[in-house]
Amino acid sequence: MAGRRVTGFFTDSTLCIGCKACEVACKEWNEVPDDGFRWSGLSYDNTLALGHSTWRHVKFVEHDATIGAGGNSPDLMTWQFSSDVCKHCENAGCLEACPTGSIVRTEFGGVYVQPDICNGCGYCVVTCPFGVIDRRPDDGRAFKCTFCYDRQKVGLEPACAKACPTGSILFGDLDALERAADRRIAQLHAAGMSDATIYNPKNSSVGGTHAFFLVRGDPKTYNLPPDPIVPVTLLKPAWNAVAIGAAAMAIGSLLAFALGGRK
Amino acid sequence: MITENRLEELRRNAVPMKPESGYYGMPLLKEPVWTWEVPAYFFVGGAAGAAAVVGAAAQIAGADRGLVSDARWIAGAGAMLSGPLLVADLGRPERFLNMLRVFKVQSPMSVGAWTLTAFGTFASAALFADEMRKRTQLPVQLIGDASAILSAATGLLMATYTGVLIGATAIPVWSQHVSVLPVHFGASALASAVSMLELAGHNQKALNILGLAVAAFETYMGYRIESDDSEASEPLRRGMTGITTRVGAFFSGPLPLLLRIARFRKAAAASSLLGSLITRTAWVEAGRASSRDLRVPLALDGRNAAGARNQIGK
Repeated sequence: MAGRRVTGFFTDSTLCIGCKACEVACKEWNEVPDDGFRWSGLSYDNTLALGHSTWRHVKFVEHDATIGAGGNSPDLMTWQFSSDVCKHCENAGCLEACPTGSIVRTEFGGVYVQPDICNGCGYCVVTCPFGVIDRRPDDGRAFKCTFCYDRQKVGLEPACAKACPTGSILFGDLDALERAADRRIAQLHAAGMSDATIYNPKNSSVGGTHAFFLVRGDPKTYNLPPDPIVPVTLLKPAWNAVAIGAAAMAIGSLLAFALGGRK
Repeated sequence: MITENRLEELRRNAVPMKPESGYYGMPLLKEPVWTWEVPAYFFVGGAAGAAAVVGAAAQIAGADRGLVSDARWIAGAGAMLSGPLLVADLGRPERFLNMLRVFKVQSPMSVGAWTLTAFGTFASAALFADEMRKRTQLPVQLIGDASAILSAATGLLMATYTGVLIGATAIPVWSQHVSVLPVHFGASALASAVSMLELAGHNQKALNILGLAVAAFETYMGYRIESDDSEASEPLRRGMTGITTRVGAFFSGPLPLLLRIARFRKAAAASSLLGSLITRTAWVEAGRASSRDLRVPLALDGRNAAGARNQIGK
């Protein structure tokens, strides 16, 4: 689209120190309510997943070291952090499924829920292949990361990227970020961190995401699905089945009454 | 917001981090937020849509006028009950009209909202015209019959589209069955419409033929689900949702089939009605269980994903 600036997030988990400044900045700027003050006991992660009131979520991935990968010490477990966020899919399940037109694509390419239109039908919740969007029980509407649409409108970067002290969350033009990610991964591989990989499911039906990640090891340990499916790809078999079911019902009813209607 | 009970459950089922167990075994997908109104609507709206089809078929074949009239009552009353059920399930019920703000073919929920609107209009017009015809001399026959045909056409969609609604989602157990759910739900809807008419005292042979056909189909569906041993389908076989699914399948398929063969038509009708209601509830509950199973979206090896396994079937 001419003149459209497609922006993105590149979250480089090798630079993340798990400070959660992104979570805090997001909450403050967007006035997101608290998500409970409870200890999960799972590393330092007390929110556990993205949700209606957790739009940035720092994962704390602890596991045994793979010796030789990226200079891991045999004496220490590995501890990695990665700040998760709505993926702002190229083909977004929530956006396609939204019956009110509340969820829209912004001029920056992000996926945005218009809070004055959402009526809380909950259909986006079951059509997001990443389990991001959710309905806030006490409010009734669905919420997720807005990609700081309000800030982007006036030329500011999203609050999380602004607050990130290490440059782990990079914001900018999507194309430029993808090139930066390629350079970064080459640099890491050259330095011996052979398990570093980019997560951006371009070959899935989602067709790539505007928020993509650099993680170490298998993206599955970060609950990142290897082949996310955007549910609109299922519409064809589904409506074919409707045609079969409807035809069977119509013909069957007519036949039944033609055979035994008067008795 | 995560509750203390849910957090307890997550802690209990958490597993050491490995690629085989995802992120501490945490569910990847969100649970459906739909409450009891949604399966109740699947049942009521489906029965109403199928009743309009049966009523129109009866009318075309020149069957007893009482049957046509009762079918229009089921269709009209069902349509009127469907709206409030769906509105009650919204997080913001006062905004229900936003459903008609746009029409999106790619959104089954949008197609459904418009289908219900059209069906409700036609079904209540057909019912109203029929009651006017009985009470007055007004020339309403033609408009009533035209509405009845239109209500049958939209009724076909009402009975089946709910299968698309849940099938075309990210929930593994639903999307796995996307190409059979519309037919399955259509058969279940037809079974309830026929059963309601039979319980209202109609005993045409045609209703029994339809009842036998759908009971046979539902028996086949039950067999098909039972013999599907994929991971995605596990909530249909294991745990509470497995029990609900089987009970629903028994009351929808084999039991009414045997009762009809033994000529206990009213008992078969009652069984089918109950079976249809339980089946709709079972599918929604299975979706809830399935959303907690991270093995399918993460493509994990089932045997190693012990933590994942614990998250479902409770």
